[in-house]
Amino acid sequence: MIDFQNVAYNYGGGELLTDISLRLPPGSFHFLTGPSGAGKSTFLKLCYGELHPTAGRVTVDARDLRSLTRDQVAALRCRIGVVHQDCQFLDHLPVAENIALPLTATGHPVDPADLSALMGWVGLMPLAQHRPPQLSGGERQRAALARAVIMSPDVILADEPTGNLDWDMSLRLLTLLIELNKMGKTVLIATHDLNLIRSAKSQVPVRVLRIRDRRLQLAGSDL
Amino acid sequence: MTRPLRPLIDLLAGDRTADRIVPPSGFTARLTSFTAGAMAFLVVFALALSVAAGRMAERWSDALAQTATIRISAPAAQMQAQTDKVLAILKETPGVAAARALSDDEQKKLLEPWFGPDLPLDALPVPRLIDVRETATGFDADGLKNRLAAEVPGAVLDDHTRWRRPLVAAADRLRLLGLMSILLIGGATAAMITLAANAALAANAQVIRVLRLIGSRDSYIARAFVRRFTLRALSGAAAGTLAGMGAIALMPATDQAGSFLTGLGFQGLGWLLPLLVPPAAALVSFAATRGAALATLRRLT
Repeated sequence: MIDFQNVAYNYGGGELLTDISLRLPPGSFHFLTGPSGAGKSTFLKLCYGELHPTAGRVTVDARDLRSLTRDQVAALRCRIGVVHQDCQFLDHLPVAENIALPLTATGHPVDPADLSALMGWVGLMPLAQHRPPQLSGGERQRAALARAVIMSPDVILADEPTGNLDWDMSLRLLTLLIELNKMGKTVLIATHDLNLIRSAKSQVPVRVLRIRDRRLQLAGSDL
Repeated sequence: MTRPLRPLIDLLAGDRTADRIVPPSGFTARLTSFTAGAMAFLVVFALALSVAAGRMAERWSDALAQTATIRISAPAAQMQAQTDKVLAILKETPGVAAARALSDDEQKKLLEPWFGPDLPLDALPVPRLIDVRETATGFDADGLKNRLAAEVPGAVLDDHTRWRRPLVAAADRLRLLGLMSILLIGGATAAMITLAANAALAANAQVIRVLRLIGSRDSYIARAFVRRFTLRALSGAAAGTLAGMGAIALMPATDQAGSFLTGLGFQGLGWLLPLLVPPAAALVSFAATRGAALATLRRLT
């Protein structure tokens, strides 16, 4: 579904990614790893059109992201749920409204029963009326995951979703992502947590990609 | 047909969630409401000025058009003879439809505002006035003046144009200035609201970023801002308009003094005119905010 063809990305201070070609097939589960600053977040941003490659092209369903209009990019983002590293909430709205935001902001009705079920799934029902700043790191990440999946997207991208979480909470979040993958969603998680990757490998077939020296490699059996 | 009106229809329909997406900001809210209120107040006065000037120009034009006055200053013994002579000349003058000498009572009434009701007209050397009505084509004023100078030296023709034209022109100019003031106030309102909207958009850059990341269209994001600013402008302008109408209503009545200043105001259905100000302010705000929002969103990547 998402296709990278000889993609390079230049921040202006030098090339961050070079000659990356990759296909994320529907229903696949990928990890993207690499040291801090290697370009993992940039790679994800290229996937949903927040950034455009300086060379090569990124296509979603064979459509070049660069050729899309602003409204088409908006429509694309409804099909790609993103769990951002810093969650990106509207702090003045309650958690429940933040989670429902992709529906309300695109003119879709919100079914209270569905919203409650989703919040229960991520274990946030008692915190529905709290404001995001009142949540812990783990609760914020779970709320971000709930928001990312509320539109039932085809693809879920997660940028360091367990970065600030303890191991138990990380596993819980991983379990949620694996459940989504089993429902047929394509999942790509950017992380440098090798234990998380090992845990996932023991439960579902995953591909592990690594960004090294600006290029994308398939990680070896050490993982 | 409805497509160009879609943004306006959506705006009027409202969206409770969209209203909540942009966090309330006291400063821009107060600035927008105050600006709209103050500008509406000024527009009501400019409108009143314009309407009064228009009314005045019309009245002067109607009252003075096709009329002239002949003033005869002569010793009392010759007054009647000179009056008869002038009336005879007027009868022969082409373009004069009718002419008559004002009676003592009519002249007394004319002088009453200045000298009071007990004016001893027969004891004062008050000139005799002859009211002249012109035909549609009018008469040759210069020719008549020359003939009067030759045959009735004490008679002076005043065809009103000497002072009527500049007065009517001044009133027309005043009306134009009033309308220009309204346009300028509208432009200033749009500029102020655009600045306030830009400040609100800049302050909410993170909100815009989040909305974009989750798949919101620019039109939805713009609407969240536009609706807020439009409603603020509408309520501010409504308050300003009411205050302006109240101030106009409290001005002394025309018949109390009869001057232009006391005639500044609305009459009859004219009082409905200021009620157009709040919707107009809302429309100006809608256009200004929507333009600012869409331009800002286009600039943002």
